[in-house]
Amino acid sequence: MDLSYGEAAEAFRKDVRGFVESHWQPGERRGAELKEFVRAFRRAAIDRGYLYRSIPKQYGGSEQPADVIRAQVIREEFGRARAPMEVGGNGVNMTVPTLLEQGTEEQKELFIRKTIEGDYIWGQGYSEPGSGSDLASVRTKGELSPDGSKWIINGQKIWTSQGMQATHMFMLVRTEPDAPKHDGITYLLLDLNQPGITRRPIRQMTGEEGAHTFCEFFFDNAETPVGWQVGERGKGWYVSRTTLKHERASIGSADGLGSQFKKLVDLAKEMSRLDDPLVRDRLAEIEGRVLSHRYSSFRLFSCAAAGEDPGAVQLMMKLLLTEIGHEIALLAQDLIGDQGLIEPEGAGGRGPRGPRGPNKWLDQIMGSLGNSIAGGASNIQRNIIAERGLGLPRDGSV
Amino acid sequence: MRFHLTSEQVAIQDAVRGTLSECWGMEQLHRFADGEADFDPASWKALMALGVGGLALPEADGGAGLGLLDAALVCEVAGAAAAPGPLIGQIVGAIAVAACANSATRELLTAIASGERVVTLALDGDLVQSAHAADYYLADDGAGGLHLIEAGDGVTIESVTATDRSRPVSRVSFGTVEAHPLFTAGDPMVQRLRDAALVLIAADALGGAQHCTDLSVEYAKTREQFGQPIGKFQGLKHQLAQMALEVEPARALVWYAAYAWDAGLPDATRAAAMAKAHLCEIYTRTTRAAIAAHGGIGYTWEYGLNYWFRRSVQNRAWLGSPAQHRARAAKLAGW
Repeated sequence: MDLSYGEAAEAFRKDVRGFVESHWQPGERRGAELKEFVRAFRRAAIDRGYLYRSIPKQYGGSEQPADVIRAQVIREEFGRARAPMEVGGNGVNMTVPTLLEQGTEEQKELFIRKTIEGDYIWGQGYSEPGSGSDLASVRTKGELSPDGSKWIINGQKIWTSQGMQATHMFMLVRTEPDAPKHDGITYLLLDLNQPGITRRPIRQMTGEEGAHTFCEFFFDNAETPVGWQVGERGKGWYVSRTTLKHERASIGSADGLGSQFKKLVDLAKEMSRLDDPLVRDRLAEIEGRVLSHRYSSFRLFSCAAAGEDPGAVQLMMKLLLTEIGHEIALLAQDLIGDQGLIEPEGAGGRGPRGPRGPNKWLDQIMGSLGNSIAGGASNIQRNIIAERGLGLPRDGSV
Repeated sequence: MRFHLTSEQVAIQDAVRGTLSECWGMEQLHRFADGEADFDPASWKALMALGVGGLALPEADGGAGLGLLDAALVCEVAGAAAAPGPLIGQIVGAIAVAACANSATRELLTAIASGERVVTLALDGDLVQSAHAADYYLADDGAGGLHLIEAGDGVTIESVTATDRSRPVSRVSFGTVEAHPLFTAGDPMVQRLRDAALVLIAADALGGAQHCTDLSVEYAKTREQFGQPIGKFQGLKHQLAQMALEVEPARALVWYAAYAWDAGLPDATRAAAMAKAHLCEIYTRTTRAAIAAHGGIGYTWEYGLNYWFRRSVQNRAWLGSPAQHRARAAKLAGW
């Protein structure tokens, strides 16, 4: 085993670092000026082959050969300088890979460049009030217009992240009500700026609401051209599997967990509890799992670099991360003690953030519960580990 | 960058697994568990014929020139099979003797690396594996020094009924004995050898925990109740998934600790403590969960899961409990 990246990668690192140092000089820029600077920086980074590496040049990407080590070096160097990486969100992580695999030429031309430049923001239209983990039970209806040129959409979607800013949506709608559950669904793209669509933010348990949170959408004869249908009519379920695969690949980061754990140790120190043998024991116990996650991510990374299948461990990373998050939350709650009785100023996105003390951990303490639900609920993850990882018989009802 | 096993490492594990499957099945385990012996010459010879005693030694010392990681992979397979014999003592003993300039002990190296002479650990306390069969005891002197003590006069061995039937311990005390000094107190090798032992115990625990998980999964696929395999019931399915979720990611923790030892990384001592603590916790929980997942059959002597449970009891207590190693890890982190 060897955790160094090798000489070639270190030479590449020098190039990347040089680029970032000379190009990422935001200075005192603010607002629109900063936004334009970021845009120009990303363009230069694409020209150098550092961003959007898997996206063909004709759609605005840098079209580089797959190389996980180089990609990692780029992440590290951009991260070190706090330089902007790719535009995040559903668009880049889910819409673009799905279109590259299953979209028409027209769809790729129309959407990819605008998405990676941040002009189009995508909401996910999968879940419905009656369709959560049982996603294939969607009931939002899609019907062809009499002239066959448009889909007419009626129904409701929920739990759309960034829903208030989203300009577009990729969604699953039932188009063949008489077909078996999985075979009656079509995958559609939709412009959200049209009459017939109402959106409303959902207030979360953290108190969070407003611009950056989940939304629910109501569709009342909303329309989209038939040319915006991805994949065949009635095959949307299978198209969505590609999208979810991409989502799983983009969730879960060892570095984020590592820095969260460091902050937990700092919190223990701040609360004068780091000398307490019980606290030390719990910290070390949690760290055993934090490091297991970290080294397992090295393992996945190493297998990816070698083009080998890492096996069942890749199915476990999301649940592992979720469970560690809960353990961190429980210890943090004990550490902050009665400071946790007062919500921090500006919690849940309500107004500007005030001075934030140890009670800022309330965000993590409550937020960690969201990880058990978003991106595949924990019990669904356990099913996946048991059925696909351990080969246990599938539950007949799914 | 490489952080998964090479095909050679997989082949080493396959070879050890194959050898043990021929000489160490449930039948041998049952017979050994009910017998008086604390050593099984047949399986020992078979293992040693593969060169595992000197796996981590330089080729110049008659070893295979591999690392502690490779030795840990062997111990993992031995743990899965609940193999008998002081394998960890032998590997650590060979490393100790090879690293010491003492000419009297260096002469013993070939016989130790080949497994012809048996070395067992006599560190921290008086309970020692395969004490009757051992030729040498790698012992601490209570003041921080390490010695190689020869079997024979001055070594008193009192048999006990050992909880771990696969690696029975006896109570050993040393009177006036022939002791070869290896490392004096404060020599960095003393800590390094302890770290190596901790990593190998963690690897044994990993193999045992994996074995218990595998057995439980197989049982759930074949055992039927209410007209279907019990593995189809979500309650059990999730328990099994939880077992796998503990064991599989922890594999990389053992790899890292062994790699850190081999590469001499600054956090090697801490990594060994973390691996020992974490894997022994997991081993305890997994053997308990496995017996619960099996139901009544898991509680019988005959089925044999109890051997892994008993082995987990020894691994957990051996060279310090998980809580003790977590306390060390906390201190080493500067908390």
